[in-house]
Amino acid sequence: MLQFLIRRAFGAVLTLFLISAVTFFMFFAIPQDPALLACGKNCTPDALAVIHQNLGLDKPVPVQFWDFMVGVFAGRDFAVGHCDAPCFGVSFATQQNVWDTILDRFPLTLSLSIGGLIVFLIVGLGAGMIAAAKKGTATDKVFSSASLVLSSLQIYFLGPVVLGLFVYSTGWLDKPKWVPISESVSGWFMGLLIPWLVISVIFTANYTRMSRSTMIEQLQEEHVRAARAKGMSRSYVFFRYAWRGSLIPIVTILGMDLGALFGGAIVTEFTFGLPGIGRLAVQSVQDKDLPLTMGVMVFSAAFILLFNVIVDATYALIDPRVRLS
Amino acid sequence: MTSPVQTEDASSSTAPGAPDVSKDGTQEAKTLAGLSPGQLMWRRFKRDRTGVVSAVIVIFFFAVALLAPVIKMLYGKDPYTLYGQDSLDLLDEFNMPTGTFGGMSADHWFGIEPNLGRDVFMQLIYGMRTSIYTALAATVLIVIVGVLIGLVGGYFGGRIDYWLGRLTDFLLGFPSQLFFIASMPVVVAAFVRPDEETPTALRAGAIVAVLSFLGWMGLARLIRAATLSLREREFVEAAKIAGASPWRIIRKELLPNLVTPILVQATLQLPSTILSVAFLSYVGVGFVEPTPDWGRMFAIGADIYEQDPAYMIFPGVAMVIFVVAFNLLGDSVRDAFDPKSGR
Repeated sequence: MLQFLIRRAFGAVLTLFLISAVTFFMFFAIPQDPALLACGKNCTPDALAVIHQNLGLDKPVPVQFWDFMVGVFAGRDFAVGHCDAPCFGVSFATQQNVWDTILDRFPLTLSLSIGGLIVFLIVGLGAGMIAAAKKGTATDKVFSSASLVLSSLQIYFLGPVVLGLFVYSTGWLDKPKWVPISESVSGWFMGLLIPWLVISVIFTANYTRMSRSTMIEQLQEEHVRAARAKGMSRSYVFFRYAWRGSLIPIVTILGMDLGALFGGAIVTEFTFGLPGIGRLAVQSVQDKDLPLTMGVMVFSAAFILLFNVIVDATYALIDPRVRLS
Repeated sequence: MTSPVQTEDASSSTAPGAPDVSKDGTQEAKTLAGLSPGQLMWRRFKRDRTGVVSAVIVIFFFAVALLAPVIKMLYGKDPYTLYGQDSLDLLDEFNMPTGTFGGMSADHWFGIEPNLGRDVFMQLIYGMRTSIYTALAATVLIVIVGVLIGLVGGYFGGRIDYWLGRLTDFLLGFPSQLFFIASMPVVVAAFVRPDEETPTALRAGAIVAVLSFLGWMGLARLIRAATLSLREREFVEAAKIAGASPWRIIRKELLPNLVTPILVQATLQLPSTILSVAFLSYVGVGFVEPTPDWGRMFAIGADIYEQDPAYMIFPGVAMVIFVVAFNLLGDSVRDAFDPKSGR
């Protein structure tokens, strides 16, 4: 198990390094001065020189990449001051430390993703299991067709509609807002309730469909039927035998969906005007703020990979075959 | 009024020697012999009522996108004119449409856009046209790249396969939505100087490039797996012994057998690509004003939803219907090709 995790973690670090490299070199692969991109339309030679110095653009590109990687692990010195160990540089637009900016924005996106994940796993798997247990009945049909329509909804359409129903016209809930969990747990929860529900609807439906079909498959397996035949209780067989088996394909899909979940969190931020990492990314891109874009990319990739390793570990816990291979 | 797209693609998988029997297959019901896999698929598909209905809906959407200029001529409005600014009674003092339900009237069927006062019906139809065309181009590119990489990896195996597999895994680990956002300006900047306006066609090209760069991996994996199992089959070995070149084997032996997964995946890929295009425009890095676009309608609609909820209804409902129909169509196409897969 430990060996398995180490191998996966090593792979994740390597991927992360490659992602940083690709993102970094992508900006330099263009036959255009990246400082010009950052400088905008009214560029003066002075501002250009400052940006050149900040990014160290006078050096060859591989050296710059090396400087960047060293900065991430050991810190770097900039014109505006020293930048401590995980150093992703200094924003062109605001001259602020990229790492601090990201740490400021990231808790929101993380809360959105994880909260949404919890809601859609509980509701999605639950609904799928109920549909599978009552296969062929009206309940099953309602769940299955509802999931088809719900999975075709879009966050940017559903979000405003939900806002209209529960906030603008009835006033049952407050407009979503960001309250850090350290300030007020209930404020944090109430502020994110609508975004969580909206982000989870899109995913719930897929997991209902998947959980239903894998459960039905599992319930027809020989070992499940044998367990029933030798007199084990229906619910015990349902949860201990069939459900556990049905989780394996679902965890696989979940690992692939993490990136999409993160993307969903970004759209949700936009829909509800929440200040998360997605807004930061778009803003940095619109400001042509290279270090910030770079920081957001690497940081988010790191998180997605971390979650992937966690999913893999879960996978190994559920399925002994994975541990042995 | 059934799917011509499918007939065409299905008949391309027809075995070369099979006689060209009539498409409706009614005569063939009596004689047992002489049906190609494509014809079998077509007969199964026709019996699937959900599939046929969703195919009709999907074709309707495509037809609307294709015939947008004709509709514009008949309807007499265009998506760019600021009707609300020209005649003062269409928008009130807050720049919101007067009249019920977003200013719906005989002149403006779906109402008037708040603030700028454009015609919503025309915006939606041209917006769909933009999105569908862009997504179609991206899907075609994704399918070509995915099939090529999957085929090469699966057929040649060995070191090529190993490195293509690593490349696929690596790109799958990318935070794709963030990458879309981050790379759009870079791709555009590769062709346009910062002080110039970006032409719409170039923007569309950049969107297609960015989307297909991170879109082909799923298909490549699938095609690779299918090729691996096909490679061991007798007819491929026979072709190899007969001295056929790898290119000929890929073209004549492997590809015809891969039409099914390719077609199914392409049907499932298109709606998700349309949603990705919409996503880009929604967050503000895709199509920009004044190009009418489906995704940007949601951005506008979300801004003014509190004052004018009606504006969002038309693009929203249209998109839900389109995606539901397309997903159902994908399921039906798969069932028609492979009745064993079941649902």
